[in-house]
Amino acid sequence: MEGTRHTSSQYEMELQDIKDNLIYLGVLTEKAIASAMDALLQRDTNQARKVIAADSEIDRLDMELEERCIRVLALRQPAAKDLRFITTAIKVNGHLERIGDMAVNIAEKAIILNAEPQLKPYIDLPRMAEIVRNMIRESLDSFVNEDLETAEKVALEEDEVDKLNEQIFRELLTFMLEDTRTITRATIIMQISKNLERVADHAKGVADMVIYLVTGKSVRHQY
Amino acid sequence: MVKLNEHDGSIISVQDVNFYYGASKALTDINMSFKKNQVTALIGPSGCGKSTLLRLLNRMNDLIDGTRVEGRVYFEGKNIYDPHVDPVDIRRKIGMVFQKPNPFPKSIFNNIIYGPTLSGAGSRSDLSALVEKSLKQSVLWDEVKDILNQSAMRLSGGQQQRLCIARALAMNPDILLMDEPTSALDPISTAKIEELIDELKKDYTIIIVTHNMQQAARVSDETGFFYLGKLIEYNQTAKIFTKPDLKQTEDYITGRFG
Ligand SMILES: Nc1ncnc2c1ncn2[C@@H]1O[C@H](COP(=O)(O)OP(=O)(O)OP(=O)(O)O)[C@@H](O)[C@H]1O
Ligand SMILES: [Mg+2]
Repeated sequence: MEGTRHTSSQYEMELQDIKDNLIYLGVLTEKAIASAMDALLQRDTNQARKVIAADSEIDRLDMELEERCIRVLALRQPAAKDLRFITTAIKVNGHLERIGDMAVNIAEKAIILNAEPQLKPYIDLPRMAEIVRNMIRESLDSFVNEDLETAEKVALEEDEVDKLNEQIFRELLTFMLEDTRTITRATIIMQISKNLERVADHAKGVADMVIYLVTGKSVRHQY
Repeated sequence: MVKLNEHDGSIISVQDVNFYYGASKALTDINMSFKKNQVTALIGPSGCGKSTLLRLLNRMNDLIDGTRVEGRVYFEGKNIYDPHVDPVDIRRKIGMVFQKPNPFPKSIFNNIIYGPTLSGAGSRSDLSALVEKSLKQSVLWDEVKDILNQSAMRLSGGQQQRLCIARALAMNPDILLMDEPTSALDPISTAKIEELIDELKKDYTIIIVTHNMQQAARVSDETGFFYLGKLIEYNQTAKIFTKPDLKQTEDYITGRFG
């Protein structure tokens, strides 16, 4: 934890442990999104299977972290900064776990798409994935450093992702209208785009909690 | 009906107070108003002056030799340290409950009527009614109604503390001061006293000193944090325990080195 240390070094360690594990979980989920997107762009079905298999580690960490947070609540009765930290940790944990699930969704869809001829070259999707990964990294950095400025930046990037998602929808719609045989593949790509947009939502959720952690104010539902 | 202080609508208000034990200063520049029908908790490390402030509010410090007060304490629109104010009258209106239960070595009944009789209260049946009312208010009645003539010393610690609260209530005070009222009690007795505090604030204003942060969080509406004789932060309890304004407060309530 930042700043002065707890009189109880055991308590200090418990909090630090939760923080370390959250960061590790964050790294895992960002990597899962990156690998799932690689599986899609490189048409690498093997890679997609690995992403799906790796999710069990994310789920395990999620459960373990939640349990640790509940233990601290029960045994330490945290107040003020510590209370805000634990509340933040529980929420961030939930967001990260969901990002892991989105990676699995993307990987599953990549497997289906890889079995068919490629509909079109992917242009906006990789751009969107890049922004989304960056949002995950920044939201975690802002958490580690309790950095308001970075947390606020994540909210702005979410708009960009929303716009790309809409753009992809419109483009795929024209494909489907021109040639009905593309409908299945186009729909799957739309779902991937939607999944990435959900990841951006979760990254923003993490950043919002960082703002709460630092300021004590809740900014969810404000944008 | 209690007359509130005109300048801020509080029931009792401390202004520019310094307090000395002989040459040593125990409180510095205290300005603090307490709202009617609210529970205010005073917290802070040992020796920071919480008990001193509490005793200042009903002139109990007068009983300690060599003490000196600067500043004013307004209650019902009057400075209780004005020379013509009777401290006994103040102590009747502003009752106190201490850390260790201190019943008199008398019967339960006589413990309750002791104060009221001294100040000349009524007939035997009036007194019986008063005993029943006070014991009901302090949620002790059901446990002792059949043993009112038994010595108070034979009650458990938790029961004794509720008896002391009943004794204070029998004086019909406006304000109840409590100095670590549950620190000698088990968790169940503590929970009963806390429940009682919640109940009592409908009719009384309560100011409580506690070292138990969770207790302050549970029972109070406002919390004042003291350090080295100064009031560092005074805020709504929910604010103090979620996002206090000062880092010093945060460090204290989260158990960090300050
Ligand atoms: N009767 C006294 N004579 C001289 N000094 C005293 C007396 N009572 C208290 N003090 C001093 O005044 C300061 C404040 O004491 P006080 O009892 O008000 O602290 P407190 O916050 O209630 O502490 P605790 O949490 O340990 O009860 C301390 O430095 C204490 O030593
Ligand atoms: Mg004390």
